Amino acid sequence: MRTTRRTFVRASLATAAAALLPISLHAQEGSPARRPIPSTREAMPIVGLGTWITFNVGGDPVLRDECADVMAAFFEAGGRMIDSSPMYGSSQPVVGYGLQKLGRPSTLFSAEKVWTSSATAGPTQIEQSRRFWGVPKFDLVQVHNLLAWKAHLQTLFQMKAAGAVRYAGITTSEGRRHDLLEQIMRNEPIDFVQFSYNVVDREAEQRLLPLASERGIAVIINRPFRQGALTHRLKGEPLPEWAIELGVSSWAQLVLKFILSHPAVTIAIPATTRVDHVRENLAAAAGPMPDLAMRERISAYVQAL
Amino acid sequence: MSEWWTYRPENFLLFSPRVYWRMFELHNAALWPLQVLALAAGLIIILLVAWRPRSAARWLALLLAILWIFVGWSFLWNRYATINWAAAYVAPAFAVEGVLLLVSGLLLDGLAFDRRGLAGWTGYFILAFALAGQPLLAPLQGRGWASSEVFGIAPDPTAIVTLGLLLLARGRLLPLLLPIPVLWCLLSGITLRTMGEPQAWALHAALALAAAAGTWTIIRQRGSPQTA
Repeated sequence: MRTTRRTFVRASLATAAAALLPISLHAQEGSPARRPIPSTREAMPIVGLGTWITFNVGGDPVLRDECADVMAAFFEAGGRMIDSSPMYGSSQPVVGYGLQKLGRPSTLFSAEKVWTSSATAGPTQIEQSRRFWGVPKFDLVQVHNLLAWKAHLQTLFQMKAAGAVRYAGITTSEGRRHDLLEQIMRNEPIDFVQFSYNVVDREAEQRLLPLASERGIAVIINRPFRQGALTHRLKGEPLPEWAIELGVSSWAQLVLKFILSHPAVTIAIPATTRVDHVRENLAAAAGPMPDLAMRERISAYVQAL
Repeated sequence: MSEWWTYRPENFLLFSPRVYWRMFELHNAALWPLQVLALAAGLIIILLVAWRPRSAARWLALLLAILWIFVGWSFLWNRYATINWAAAYVAPAFAVEGVLLLVSGLLLDGLAFDRRGLAGWTGYFILAFALAGQPLLAPLQGRGWASSEVFGIAPDPTAIVTLGLLLLARGRLLPLLLPIPVLWCLLSGITLRTMGEPQAWALHAALALAAAAGTWTIIRQRGSPQTA
């Protein structure tokens, strides 16, 4: 099942109603478009920065500086959300290194995760992560891959009530456990949900994205390029001429625009090790977005390649 | 882990090939010139096995034990664990292998490195590859010498040398010494294959050769009435 005009419009209206703001993907010239986080109406640039694999560089001083350069370009281009996890090896201290080197940009929106099977170890792990980042508190903490989700969500709700974190959420990836995720989205007062969605993996359009709109939950999209496999597959293929009207100059931008144009999506978090790529990703968040017909055209074209 | 069947090896790969090979560059640079000593230790191992002087088995066990413990601590614990949290759980296994070598070869004097025939020659071949061939793989694949994997410094050649030596060995405690090197070769081979690195074949080929030679020896022993 694909997004129909009806579900697309319904999701658009639900998103707008939840935020009490008009949907406006056209921001200032060149700067990334913003969408509101439904629970607070805080506006968020629609492209963030993931750190899975790309920021796991250990103590390598050269690669740490390269990551800091990527972060600098990200903030310069108007990005805000950086997402990491205790599962990502050294990514957390590398993010912390970059933030320190950049003078702790005030626009940062810190998104972390709790990832431990022990219910009682959650707060300690979150505190350890906070120290790695060197931030006073996280904006968002999510339960990673639904691991021990009941206990950790209670911890996050308590932390939110105490002002120790601003938003609570939950994540999965690569289409796993969508039934449970849906159940949690229906029953728990979460602010954010994170899952995989892209031009070839469209299962989320069936239930998760409409449900997020209906429930006023912000949506973070991970693995927008299928961990690089999608852009790798498209490399060498010419961009279709009709894509030019969207102002894209690469496949990465086209497939990102496909994701970002879904009205229920709040933000996508592509990961990269390259400054030119992070600029390219942020640039995809500006300019015209595909409408429903164009989205189907993009999807059909990519699937046929 | 729920829905475990949906996971693929690449889901567990936390780092890129570039980070992985630069880790060896940094490790080699930090330990230089220990590589010379380690290669000298490798040469001594071959000489001890070939000439079998008195107490050779004890010296071999001691040398190998020291290097397993050293690689576990210096590489797995201090370096690899920074990009792969699973390495922190594997590092103690390297220490265990070191202790097993000390107990079986040194304290109990339970090893003899005097096996000849097919298993022995396969053991020599594997030893020679790990000591002299494996460091060449980095420059042959265009990465330069700086990221070469050297016996006694990096885990793969250390595990392969141990496999070769165990093929040359006899002793009741041999089955205790095999699982850790075998498992490491399997795991490291899978990691390299998942990264798309062709040198994964080195680990898998060493394992396959060792398994074939070991099986051949067992079959021959069982078929021969003279052998105890």
